[in-house]
Amino acid sequence: MLTAEAEPLDAALRAQIADLAQHAEFSRAACTDALKLVQKRYGYVSDRHLDEVAALIGMTPAELDGVATFYNLIFRRPVGRHVILLCDSNVCWVMGEAGARAQIRERLGILPGETTADGRFTLLPIVCLGHCDHAPAMMVDDDQYGDLNPERLEAILDRYA
Amino acid sequence: MTHFLVDGKTYTAKPDDNVLQACIGAGLDLPYFCWHPALGSVGACRQCAVKQYAGADDATGTMVMACMTPLAEGARFSLADPQAVSFRASVIEWLMINHPHDCPVCEEGGECHLQDMTMMTGHAYRRYRFSKRTHRNQNLGPFIKHEMNRCIACYRCTRFYRDYAGGRDLDVFAAHDHVYFGRHADGALESEFAGNLAEICPTGVFTDKTFSARFARKWDMRGAPSICVHCGVGCNTTVNERAGEVRRIVNRYNGSVNGYFLCDRGRFGHGFVGAPSRIRTPLARGADGKPAALSSKDAIASFAAMLRAGGRIIGIGSPRASLESNFSLRVLVGQGNFYAGVSAGEAASLRLIAQVQSSGAARIPSLREVERADAALVLGSDVPNAAPLAALALRQMVRATGFALAEKAKIPHWQDAGVRTLAGPLRSPLFIASPAATRLDDIAHTVYRAAPADIVRLGFAVAARIDFSAPAVADLSSGDAALAQKIADALLAAENPLIVSGVEASDPSVIEAAANIALALRARQKNPALLLNVPECNSLGLALMTDGPSDVEAAFATPAALAIVLENDLFRRAGGEALDPALKTARLVVLDHSQSEMSLRADLVLPAASFAESGGTLVSSEGRAQRFYQPIFAESEMRAAWRWLGEAGVAAGRAACETWNTEDDILAALAKTFPVFAAAPRAAPAENFRVAGCKIPSEPHRFSGRTAMDAARNVREPKPPVSADSPFSTTMEGFYGKIPPALLPYTWAPAWNSVQAISKFQSEIGGELLGGDPGIRLLETRADATLPYYTFIPNPFAPREKMWWAVFLPRVFGDDEQSALAAPIRARMAPPALALNDQDAAMIGAIPQQILAFEIGGARKNLAVEIRPELPRGVVGISGVPAIAHALPAWISITRPEPGAT
Amino acid sequence: MEKPLTAMLQPDGQPLDMAGYERAGGYQALRKALTMQPEAITAEVKRSKLRGRGGGGFSTGRKWEAVPHDAPRPRYLVVNADEMEPGSFKDRLLLEQTPHQMIESVIISAFAIQAEIAYIFVRAEYVRSLSALARALAEAQARGYVGADILGSGFALTIHVHASGGRYICGESSALLTALEGRRPLPRSRPPRSAQSGLWGKPSVVNNVETLCCVPHIVERGADWFLGLSRCADGGTKLFGMSGRVKRPGLYELPLGTPLIEILEEHAAGMQDGYQCRAVLPGGASTAFVMREDFYVAMDYDAVKTVGSGLGTGNVMALDDRRCPIGLLRNLEHFFAQESCGWCTPCRDGLPWVERILAAIEAGEGEPEDIETLARHVDFLGPDFTFCDLAPGAMQPLGSGLKYFRAEFEQHVNEKRCPWHESAGGWA
Ligand SMILES: Cc1cc2nc3c(=O)[nH]c(=O)nc-3n(C[C@H](O)[C@H](O)[C@H](O)COP(=O)(O)O)c2cc1C
Ligand code: SF4
Ligand code: FES
Repeated sequence: MLTAEAEPLDAALRAQIADLAQHAEFSRAACTDALKLVQKRYGYVSDRHLDEVAALIGMTPAELDGVATFYNLIFRRPVGRHVILLCDSNVCWVMGEAGARAQIRERLGILPGETTADGRFTLLPIVCLGHCDHAPAMMVDDDQYGDLNPERLEAILDRYA
Repeated sequence: MTHFLVDGKTYTAKPDDNVLQACIGAGLDLPYFCWHPALGSVGACRQCAVKQYAGADDATGTMVMACMTPLAEGARFSLADPQAVSFRASVIEWLMINHPHDCPVCEEGGECHLQDMTMMTGHAYRRYRFSKRTHRNQNLGPFIKHEMNRCIACYRCTRFYRDYAGGRDLDVFAAHDHVYFGRHADGALESEFAGNLAEICPTGVFTDKTFSARFARKWDMRGAPSICVHCGVGCNTTVNERAGEVRRIVNRYNGSVNGYFLCDRGRFGHGFVGAPSRIRTPLARGADGKPAALSSKDAIASFAAMLRAGGRIIGIGSPRASLESNFSLRVLVGQGNFYAGVSAGEAASLRLIAQVQSSGAARIPSLREVERADAALVLGSDVPNAAPLAALALRQMVRATGFALAEKAKIPHWQDAGVRTLAGPLRSPLFIASPAATRLDDIAHTVYRAAPADIVRLGFAVAARIDFSAPAVADLSSGDAALAQKIADALLAAENPLIVSGVEASDPSVIEAAANIALALRARQKNPALLLNVPECNSLGLALMTDGPSDVEAAFATPAALAIVLENDLFRRAGGEALDPALKTARLVVLDHSQSEMSLRADLVLPAASFAESGGTLVSSEGRAQRFYQPIFAESEMRAAWRWLGEAGVAAGRAACETWNTEDDILAALAKTFPVFAAAPRAAPAENFRVAGCKIPSEPHRFSGRTAMDAARNVREPKPPVSADSPFSTTMEGFYGKIPPALLPYTWAPAWNSVQAISKFQSEIGGELLGGDPGIRLLETRADATLPYYTFIPNPFAPREKMWWAVFLPRVFGDDEQSALAAPIRARMAPPALALNDQDAAMIGAIPQQILAFEIGGARKNLAVEIRPELPRGVVGISGVPAIAHALPAWISITRPEPGAT
Repeated sequence: MEKPLTAMLQPDGQPLDMAGYERAGGYQALRKALTMQPEAITAEVKRSKLRGRGGGGFSTGRKWEAVPHDAPRPRYLVVNADEMEPGSFKDRLLLEQTPHQMIESVIISAFAIQAEIAYIFVRAEYVRSLSALARALAEAQARGYVGADILGSGFALTIHVHASGGRYICGESSALLTALEGRRPLPRSRPPRSAQSGLWGKPSVVNNVETLCCVPHIVERGADWFLGLSRCADGGTKLFGMSGRVKRPGLYELPLGTPLIEILEEHAAGMQDGYQCRAVLPGGASTAFVMREDFYVAMDYDAVKTVGSGLGTGNVMALDDRRCPIGLLRNLEHFFAQESCGWCTPCRDGLPWVERILAAIEAGEGEPEDIETLARHVDFLGPDFTFCDLAPGAMQPLGSGLKYFRAEFEQHVNEKRCPWHESAGGWA
């Protein structure tokens, strides 16, 4: 599992965040973008990185964390190499999301909110992905999948080593 | 006034009130949480729901949040509407879903707004049958305890801490029913206003940690109206006492002064009262040179003998002692032998302040007026560290622009979020000129960083740009000139311009510059307010009764046979080289409450009562005379200094002292001697104040354990202590009813057990107390005031080779002598530091934390380096060593410490 | 039948690039708009009876008019592309497959309200939307449609595409503004309205993606034409979605006012074999159930109200007979409880209670008083009682569920089990 606690933000990323802050109308408007950049690079936002980002955009850690912890998609704890976002909203519920969840549990041994022991997958529930005409739906990292069924789900999971 | 109807009855309220405020003001019991008179309305908790009816024929009505609803003439509401009643009960029921049932062990119990509101709505039976969410608590430092499970998410804490007080380390985290109010990580809350959380929080999430160690229920503590003794602002406090100990200090509302708030120095600084450093018995230096206890009688006899012995007797007063004690000393030693006992520099500043403020040329603003200013200049001052509540008021002042916008947009001033949204980043002009960063810089329009001399010059330049007849400043840089113009324009454009400076700028000319600006504004037919901070609780009172050179060095300029030092550690006022020779020749009597370098030198030490064992009168920087009353009545040898002086005086045959039976006698004499104090006796009711022959009970109506409190030592019921010199009885017996506002020992109203009961004691919510705000202003403006412009303008600051202009940088925690003896304050005191500009540091190769040495007032000092890039080059800041403040500002040279030094 | 919003969809689902879009007539509306008075555009939009497609149904022209003439600058146009209403997937189609239509709409609308800065606030999971927009925006900038002095008109516009951190409440227009400011996205109290004081205290107009995408067509072809598109008093077509166990789930651009039954039976081709439709949520999770007997209802703002529900986002979900309605309600209320911002008491603490009661009932642990407690919540989490419209939205399905599925509720409580228990945990 990736643990970013120890490393400081890399210089290029720092520069990129500083630039974002500078070009925002008010620097704190850049805060979600900045957190996402960190997350893209390190998988999640560690305390240390949060402090650094806060300093770069002129917020206090408390102010920034108040925003960060509000959101569903800013991860403040380590996640696996691939994040599965399984839609648990109404259409997917009607269309069999429970089956997908059960299958993931069987195959990967994880419940929503958990990470596989090998650090490969984290499973998170997500609200309606706007893919309702292809429910049940999910995302793995940035990839969107719909019309899930047992075979498709197996095949998708196979893709992420 | 606007008329409105509630359940068929007509009430009146101010037209710009919201309905909640109007209802509370009308004495109706409408529950609320998120609303607070100082914070306004945000409509989050939904507790204050009422029905509003559109017109005469509207029978259904709509549900509105009273706090978010403007009042209109003839508007019709119902509190009793069944749906409203039931909804309000549901709100409590929801809040109670996660609230622990820990009232018996919760320190808020008995003065809990949540308890009150729960009773008020009638929610009694728990229907929710699922589990509660739980949170982890944080260690928030020495002042405040955190128990997040009790949170009802009213958002008051962050609204106060962040929006109102400008703190940035307390916030809300997460979402939905997981919202968490705390710090990003464990650690002491940074804001010097953190203590207010204990009163702002309507439940027991944030409580007073210092109180926790010696906890008692609200109803089990005696209360006394008091005045904070830890700076010159003069905040009103209530001292809570039990079993002879000060248990805690809480805010005492004064609409003109501190409103609902206190700073942490004032709230948590009382520990010196019961500290080991406390002097509890008279002490005389024995043959072996060591101090030994003696009886009061012997002490008085010995003191009287010294008084009779002849020779020059000098009396050195104290800016932290009451008017009564200072004046009695002045009478005892004679006008010509009485000295204020402050440092030479401070004396010069105070003399100027007394001169300017008593001239009547400019209005001294109350803090309420500071809040209402619409443009302000802070000249040379570090307000948050020197006069915290004044800084809190300045923080509100910048909202004037937003309020003006809101008024135009027809958004009521109490609609807090709306006004803030509308204002966006816009703020009223606040200019701050100071050598080092201050905790108000974040809201300043422009911050001017320069050496004190340049700040003075900027001030003079501003005055000259407001009024061309004011002395002009030659050779101003174009940047400074432009800034001076900008400030002048802003002050001239303002309805209520304000200038703030103070003794802490440690340069008397800064006061002259500030005064000139006020005078210039006055010349332009403006009505300027001029706030000049003084450092201690009676600095201004003392300054008003002394004139001529009055500092410590002046006192010892002529040899004296006997020096009587009142509540003053002179070693904080002058260097040892000035004091040592004088103290060798003179006999020394010290009256004080805590041991100090001074008391250790004394031949006779008399245990003076502190604010906790005596009453007295103090004059704040507003020129407001305010009276504090005695909370502890336990028998002890400590007594008010004026009593020691009086008794010794009588024993020595001084006739004047024979008339001193109460504080009021002395105050009356003071008022006769100095016209400026003529009104002082009217600051508050006298000691002999009685209603129908009764005193006012200092114990609340449910005080318990009187007979058991002392049971560990004595199982017989003790006699209640006597309170001869007090309008308060020491028990719960006495007069209950309408009490003069200066004498409120606690605030309690039927169904309102928490601090929020104060609403019932105000003439309008958030306004004056019923009967007027306590205290009396001694210094008002006068149409005929004549104060000529000050004309001495210093040269620009010129750095010197290998020398540094050292200035004292004040700190809220540690600078005040008395609170620095309190353990919780000590825990928040940062180590002393020598602050340097980063380039200066690089130039001499200094790095943070490195120990450097310098010489000051003949003594060598070692301090750790702190880099403060904002400091002007050539200027160093010294902080955390208040005992050398008297020697500053000064040119110093910095060296490496001698080997072996620490 | 005209389908202006989706006319440019490509069979492969890929968006047209600048050249393709222009070839198909793109940016002509912009050219025309720039020759008009901004107020004239607003007037035309108002006359077209375009109503907000984000759920509120507020007149777009009136919203634009509310920006005061002497308002301070800058002014902002903000596109609400947060689409997180469960069961809604219409904006996504427009963003992914017609990004240039979106950009053109933004420019024209910004011109109409004289905004110099526009934000497109996109939910973070819409990765493809974000990249399609970024590409289209870059092309538009390169082409001089966005930037300083657009097409020599003197009008200047900056457009920012912002990806959300992910929270349903961000879709609430005032919370969205707060989110853009980099603060915790809590809804704001009104007054002031955003048109008066929005982003950073400056006048701001927030509109839904689909709403704005109508604007170029109105400008190009006129309000009368737009009014003629619909089958009701309000103007335009609507992207109707159909999901659940229907044969042809998907999005259909149809006249506003098309009957529900027509969408379900004709366009979505009815239920899958073996399933019956018991009820639908006509416009997302925040709308009340519409039962079979009301399926004749016309899908327009006013008509759907007459059957006790709302048009919402116009994205219909079918509840079939093999799924437990209590389970569905539990699922919906779980969503709302999770997505409450935590600001006001009824929503923050009431919704989790509702969710837990529903879960208990579904698990056979319901108690008779539970139904009354739920009903009380329906009353007390309604409009006026809570701070914003999230909780009232949450009460729409619950209130109607208590009405229409009363028997099922009682059955669960009385029998202490879920009759649909078997089908609850699997794929079916
Ligand atoms: C909780 C909540 C969530 C909302 N989410 C969205 C959303 O995702 N997209 C949207 O366009 N409108 C959403 N809305 C409606 C907006 O507040 C607003 O009415 C709309 O963006 C205005 O645009 P329109 O007038 O073009 O419809 C939401 C409202 C609420 C109360
Ligand atoms: S929101 Fe709350 S306190 Fe507040 S008073 Fe009104 S609803 Fe109230
Ligand atoms: S309900 Fe899952 S994608 Fe819509």
